[in-house]
Amino acid sequence: MGPVSGTVTRGTSPQRAARRRLTVFRVVVLGLVGLFFVVPLVSMLDFSTRSFRTGGRTGAAWAKLVTDPQLSGAIVTSLVLAVLTVVLMVVLLVPTMIWVRLRVPWAARPLEFLCLLPLTVPPLVIVVGLKNVVLWLNYLFGDTPYVLALLYVVLVLPYAYRALDAGLSAIDVTTLAEAARSLGAGWATVIVRVVVPNLTTALLSAAFISIALVLGEFTFASLLNYDTLQVAINLQAKSDAQESIAASLASILFAAVLLVVLSVVSGGRRRRSASASARTTAVTTGTPAPTTPAQA
Amino acid sequence: MTTTARAAERTGVEVRLEGLERHYGATRALDGLDLTLHPGELVALLGPSGCGKTTALRILAGLDEPTVGRVVVGGKDVTNVPANQRDMGMVFQAYSLFPHLTAQDNVEFGLRLRKVDRSRRAARAREMLELVGLADQANRYATELSGGQQQRVALARALAIEPSVLLLDEPLSALDAKVRVQLRDEIRRVQLEVGTTTLFVTHDQEEALAMADRVGVMSQGRLQQLDTPQELYAHPANPFVADFVGLMNRVPAQVAAGRARVLGTEVTTLDGSVADGTGVALVRPEHLTVTPDESGGAEVVDVQFSGAVSRVRLRSDAVAEGTELVAQLSGSRLRGLAPGTRVSLGLDTDRVLVTAP
Repeated sequence: MGPVSGTVTRGTSPQRAARRRLTVFRVVVLGLVGLFFVVPLVSMLDFSTRSFRTGGRTGAAWAKLVTDPQLSGAIVTSLVLAVLTVVLMVVLLVPTMIWVRLRVPWAARPLEFLCLLPLTVPPLVIVVGLKNVVLWLNYLFGDTPYVLALLYVVLVLPYAYRALDAGLSAIDVTTLAEAARSLGAGWATVIVRVVVPNLTTALLSAAFISIALVLGEFTFASLLNYDTLQVAINLQAKSDAQESIAASLASILFAAVLLVVLSVVSGGRRRRSASASARTTAVTTGTPAPTTPAQA
Repeated sequence: MTTTARAAERTGVEVRLEGLERHYGATRALDGLDLTLHPGELVALLGPSGCGKTTALRILAGLDEPTVGRVVVGGKDVTNVPANQRDMGMVFQAYSLFPHLTAQDNVEFGLRLRKVDRSRRAARAREMLELVGLADQANRYATELSGGQQQRVALARALAIEPSVLLLDEPLSALDAKVRVQLRDEIRRVQLEVGTTTLFVTHDQEEALAMADRVGVMSQGRLQQLDTPQELYAHPANPFVADFVGLMNRVPAQVAAGRARVLGTEVTTLDGSVADGTGVALVRPEHLTVTPDESGGAEVVDVQFSGAVSRVRLRSDAVAEGTELVAQLSGSRLRGLAPGTRVSLGLDTDRVLVTAP
């Protein structure tokens, strides 16, 4: 921290001024965007914890998320639906996509088209079209909201496909599979022991996107008369606005936590692979010795 | 089969490819390939891209199927045996290590599938990593290893299962020049040590000549010549082999009744099939003599000194404009040669290969 050497070496170059302006710009933009996101959330928290009788704070609306049988039932339904959807999606999509990559490359285009198709059809149209199918599902599985999972799988297909496709493109599936086969692995072993372990990040992101989508879905459930979280929130808003806002905020926070977990997990993977180069640079650069006034 | 039982017969097996054909629609990647690898031998398949050498290797590995023909390993017909039951170790061009496993676990992978117990497995993997000089990198992931190290681990992994045949699919092509030469010697050392019959596919003639017991030159799905590197270089069977292996000068020649007149010297033609008249003689750089001569028909363009043997580039009046000749001379013969020197050229061999112009 030598004051003399500090002023001599740093000075006031135009680059430094430009950099400072850029920093200010960044802080301002980040602040504005942050406000745009935070203000509604804080407002929701404020509204859902306000006590109109005493004027103080109360957790009554939040407590009702658990105690209100209608709402808590809807939350459980939505969570189970999310899990069912993810399981079905993984079972359906992962082996199919790997198999297409390895053995039937000509089918890659048709598969992509099929998987992206739900994106182009409005949910309303899908529901109307599937109404009769749902009647059959009810006939087969009984009148349970969990038949929605079969429809949700179709709904999450485009997003899950994209995530998995990116993961598969990042590794040389063909070479890895051939190496495993030459070492004695059958096709099942190739998929389970070699390809899937290298797809964990893609699998997680496909799963989390699916969960977020299912928890936020309203059209299918409402039109088919099943009480999922979003349907219940919409219903509650008419009788108890505070409880409905609390449920909304809870589902937003849950989705946010999922995304943070996802980025931490994928970041950790990347760090592990980058650690080798980091180790070598640490050795070569080392820590620069601080310049003391005595040295100057 | 237990590990010990297989170790006893580890000296290598015979591999026979019989009349292999592989059709892709109208094109034939392989068009009648016959190739026999003697036990413990390293054979390199050499050829330009698209000549069918990789197809041949993949068919031997079981990763591709021949349209016609048989694959016989150790006397057994394995043409219809799937890749995972063929017991072959394979090293790929690159990126074949399992990214989620350490070097050690990669080498253990094949043993794990064979249900070898944990301690034996670990010991064997150690032994293999030591063989390729990477025992200290056992706990690293593929991304933490250099390209050369990755290929060494891949070699260790392929050898860990004590394969009947070792297959190398251009394992050096993705590496930089210095590492390539190092690893080339290393692979040969390891192969001699374990004695596994090995098929090596490459488009790099230097690699093939330096490593292989015998080299098979391929073109258009067929084997053009299969011989020792020395024979291949000294007595190429046809103009394709001559051109592909080593450097060849194309010098005009007058052919008459099996004899050719090249640069004023009468020599025997190796390939009798050339019609009488004007042909092109293929002459190795070391078979050209260069003598300073004011009235000579050639001129030195450039002298590249490189120790014991140096290269001289020449322009000759006898050769078409724009093409140059290359001569390889020992140090003492360089005396008096500089760019611009007029020289006369001669021939230092009594037999040449002549082709149609």
